[in-house]
Amino acid sequence: MTISWLIDWVNNSWLGFLGVPGAFILAIIVSGLAIFGLVAVHAIVAVYVERKVSAFMQDRIGPMGQGPGLHAGKWGVLQTVADALKLLVKEDIIPAAADRKLFIMAPFILFLGAFIGFIALPFSETLSLANFNVGLFYILAVSSFGIVGLILAGWASNNKWSLYGAMRSAAQIISYEIPAAISLIAVVMLVGSLNMQDITRAQTGIVLGFLPNWFIFQNPFTFLAFFIYFIAGVAETNRTPFDIPEAESELVAGFHTEYSGMRWAFFFLSEYANMFIVCAIATVVFLGGWQSPFGEFLAGPYWGLLWFMGKIIFLVLVMMWFRWTFPRLRVDQLMSVSWKFLLPISFFNLFGVGIWELLSG
Amino acid sequence: MYLEFGTVLAFTILGIILLMVALWLQKLLAPSNPSKLKQSTYECGEEPEGSAWVQFNIRFYIIALVFLIFDVEVVFLFPWAVVFRELGWLAMVEMGIFLVILLVGLAYVWRKGDLDWVKLNMKNARGRYRRFAEDPNSNKNF
Repeated sequence: MTISWLIDWVNNSWLGFLGVPGAFILAIIVSGLAIFGLVAVHAIVAVYVERKVSAFMQDRIGPMGQGPGLHAGKWGVLQTVADALKLLVKEDIIPAAADRKLFIMAPFILFLGAFIGFIALPFSETLSLANFNVGLFYILAVSSFGIVGLILAGWASNNKWSLYGAMRSAAQIISYEIPAAISLIAVVMLVGSLNMQDITRAQTGIVLGFLPNWFIFQNPFTFLAFFIYFIAGVAETNRTPFDIPEAESELVAGFHTEYSGMRWAFFFLSEYANMFIVCAIATVVFLGGWQSPFGEFLAGPYWGLLWFMGKIIFLVLVMMWFRWTFPRLRVDQLMSVSWKFLLPISFFNLFGVGIWELLSG
Repeated sequence: MYLEFGTVLAFTILGIILLMVALWLQKLLAPSNPSKLKQSTYECGEEPEGSAWVQFNIRFYIIALVFLIFDVEVVFLFPWAVVFRELGWLAMVEMGIFLVILLVGLAYVWRKGDLDWVKLNMKNARGRYRRFAEDPNSNKNF
């Protein structure tokens, strides 16, 4: 566990005079800033990539003009950095009709819900900030905590678009949480632990001679569970085709219509952080976390970090691909997809996994 | 154990501080000259019509109740899933009975039509809505 390792390291260095509490605070600040850096850099890079990917998919060029180097005009790599700076110097407007306290509180809650989820992620064999014995449960719990901030934002804005957006996303997130959780339980049954590292370690080795022993390949029901989880995950992060809470063509911007500047930036940051977390859970539970896809080859703590991030980035790209492939669902279709298709299938899946496991020994 | 949850608490505080620093930076750097027009509620350029804090038809009220039931059930499922392999068939059968009872509830809600968005009665429907107006159960995805 990285925090205790950092505390030991600080205590054994010339900073030993800090004692355990001081070392703990120092370790938290260092790791917290690292996580925040990861969130921010991921958001900045992902926004840039998303704009470029969508541009290429639609035969457009995408952002151009910002950036250093020979091909500055062509690639515009610093576009999102410029956007972030612009948001920083934008005027902060709070509508006079809004509920001021709740309006200010909403981005905090939404951002915290995404931010504290990162603690339990196993970045590699040795690198995970807090190695909870209930890790998976903890991440599910805190990531659904963000919805409170979303509803607060919609309600406090005193804007009809925001209210609609918040109500829709509340209905959506509660609907998709159950299929997501049940498909994860299917894997927990096989592992017998909620610890993220244990789940990853249960996926060591090779299956069928060439496939890595990840849960997605271990039996047909967990294969199905991955897709249920991923669809529900896309819905929980409010992304297209499930983005009716902020459907631009209907609701202006949904729950964050009234937000501007830094507060809006934090909504955006949380959305991308949530994408990261959903993809990270899918990676750990179904795609072997930090395990190498080639068995023992290229395995180890440092390669592990690379594999973990690589798989997450792959899934994030799939989400972007979804966005430009599927049209947006209508609100009633959205609810029926969850309650009439995903939920029965995920229950069937749960029974399937149990019976398969008991029969195969 | 304490260290892990201490980390959660510390990260919560750190997250709040980080956001406050960002907002403080904005306060330093950004201009601020509020005006009445600027602070009015956005309604596509029109003057805002009334407040948004009105009685609101939440279509999926029943779904919220169903969600509560299933969410509690998921909480039961997590510890069950952890010890599933030790208990074997006994666990499977017991949880099967529990789940079937809940699924009967889902089937009831489904049959009652509470999972559908459209529950209205259209008297003067035309075109593809016509069929639906004559027999509301004919096609749910018109």
